[in-house]
Amino acid sequence: MSSRLLNQIGLFFAALVIVSPAILFFLWMISLSLKFEIDNGAYPPILIPERFAWSNYVKVFEENNFLLYLWNSVLVTGTATLLALLIGVPAGYGIARLKAERSAVVIMIARMTPGLSYLIPLFLLFQWIGILGTLWPQIIIHLVVTVPIVVWVMIGYFETTPMELEEAANIDGASSWQVFRLVALPIAKPGIVVAFILSVIFSWNNFVFGVVLASRETRTLPVAVYNMLSYEQVSWGPLAAAALVVTLPVLVLTMFAQKQIVAGLTAGAVKGG
Amino acid sequence: MSTIAPDRTGVTTGRTEVTTDRTAVTTEQAIEGSQTIRLAPNYWPFVVPALVVVSAVIVFPWAFTLWMSVNRWTLGQSRSFAGMENYLRLASDPRFWESLVHTLTYTSLSVAAPMFLGTVAALIFDARFPLRGLLRGVFVMPMMATPVAVALVWTMMFHPQLGVLNYLLSLVGIPAQEWIFNANTVIPSLVAVETWQWTPLVMLIVLGGLASVPREPFESAEIDGANAWQQFRYLTLPMIAPFLMIALIIRTIDALKSFDIIYAMTQGGPGTASETINIYLYNTAFSYYDIGYGSAMAVVFFIVIVALSFILLMLRQRSQWNDAEGK
Repeated sequence: MSSRLLNQIGLFFAALVIVSPAILFFLWMISLSLKFEIDNGAYPPILIPERFAWSNYVKVFEENNFLLYLWNSVLVTGTATLLALLIGVPAGYGIARLKAERSAVVIMIARMTPGLSYLIPLFLLFQWIGILGTLWPQIIIHLVVTVPIVVWVMIGYFETTPMELEEAANIDGASSWQVFRLVALPIAKPGIVVAFILSVIFSWNNFVFGVVLASRETRTLPVAVYNMLSYEQVSWGPLAAAALVVTLPVLVLTMFAQKQIVAGLTAGAVKGG
Repeated sequence: MSTIAPDRTGVTTGRTEVTTDRTAVTTEQAIEGSQTIRLAPNYWPFVVPALVVVSAVIVFPWAFTLWMSVNRWTLGQSRSFAGMENYLRLASDPRFWESLVHTLTYTSLSVAAPMFLGTVAALIFDARFPLRGLLRGVFVMPMMATPVAVALVWTMMFHPQLGVLNYLLSLVGIPAQEWIFNANTVIPSLVAVETWQWTPLVMLIVLGGLASVPREPFESAEIDGANAWQQFRYLTLPMIAPFLMIALIIRTIDALKSFDIIYAMTQGGPGTASETINIYLYNTAFSYYDIGYGSAMAVVFFIVIVALSFILLMLRQRSQWNDAEGK
């Protein structure tokens, strides 16, 4: 029993070591965002300042139209992710059941293509259709990122779910759609959660599409932050505060969704077959 | 896995390729209790919407890119047919070859480190220990964090005079580094950021694989006296192999295409020391507005990515095939 306890303590410290770069980075990010310029320029560096510069955060929202960019980000990521799930979950199921690696390759090509090579042709197309001033160009081009992620995650997931229940439902006369909807989909919920989360991250964080496609009114948060870097005097406090604001929604989502990922992946809808 | 479904009447049918109509008919007949031989369900309708969307957003841009790549076309100037000129120019462009070397260096380092660390992390987090959930939550955070935001903070940390990293090095007696501000250390420094950010993705994928591993074989292996390493090598590893391959493929593609971190931190500098193909492509298309040449570069870049991914996909299929053989 005591060797088991030792084992647990060892694992805890191993985990702590492998997590420490993340902990230190975010602590330092928070620290930077809460310090006045004098403290940010101090040597040796100060982790916890005597006076907190909350004004850094006020500055971000007062001077940069951040609420609009936040709303833009929500719309682009939300729409692109929901559409991707609608299309991608059935596709992942179909490909896994067909064992059709060839169509998976087609899906993968979208993922392999560098985002930049979509940008020139689609930019010209959007200009031609006349939707360039809206959020639609970004939503559509984000599908290029979100659909392949969802499909890819779901293929991996459906490949490992047991066939027996589906075969039984099939024998009982259920149609392919009913088997999918009533048998495969409920078992796959944890996989869908993972696909959703990954899709949201990649879409929310996307930078390169926005840089080219966004106008002043349709900027998403990553672009807004990068623009701050180029316009503002290099002043570390407000920059770190802005970076934290951009990243905070996804980090909060992580903290909530983490439970679902872990529960989903360990509950073992798959175990025992 | 067997795809043969025994039917109530005792007739056994293998998986057959069928059209939607035939399946529908078969299903109806089955419901009515007829003695029709059942066919395997048709899965194609599930795939079609995604194929339509993906092809629509891929085929047009690719056709257009190919067309642009055989044209002399700088935005704002007139366009003229150029044939293979852009491709020949690419072959003799030392800056392109240099960027290819940077890309391959950056990619191999940015795949190897996260794959190793991510697998180790997954094995740790698959076990039970105090505060596991919390630590795992924190571990995943870098991957969620927005690359541009991350790049910004790392740039501050890499600062040679005021950065916290050089201060930390000085505590253990290592001289100050110039990190991303020196041509010799810029790529490893960027790889460190990439590794910091994407190791959790590998960990999550492998952890998903570990979670799907059944317990029973380990119990019998335990009874048979297999040690921890043997259990890992002969039970865990084969069972999570498909997940490792997925992680490897995704990581390779993402590392090849990496843009945000490099662009936000160095723009390919100092000089062109960290200019990967993707960055050079961006500069060509959106700084010099040389769309024709940029498109040719995009085509060649895509071929590089597809070639590498294809090798990995073949490995994936083979690993699954071997798996099936093993069972």
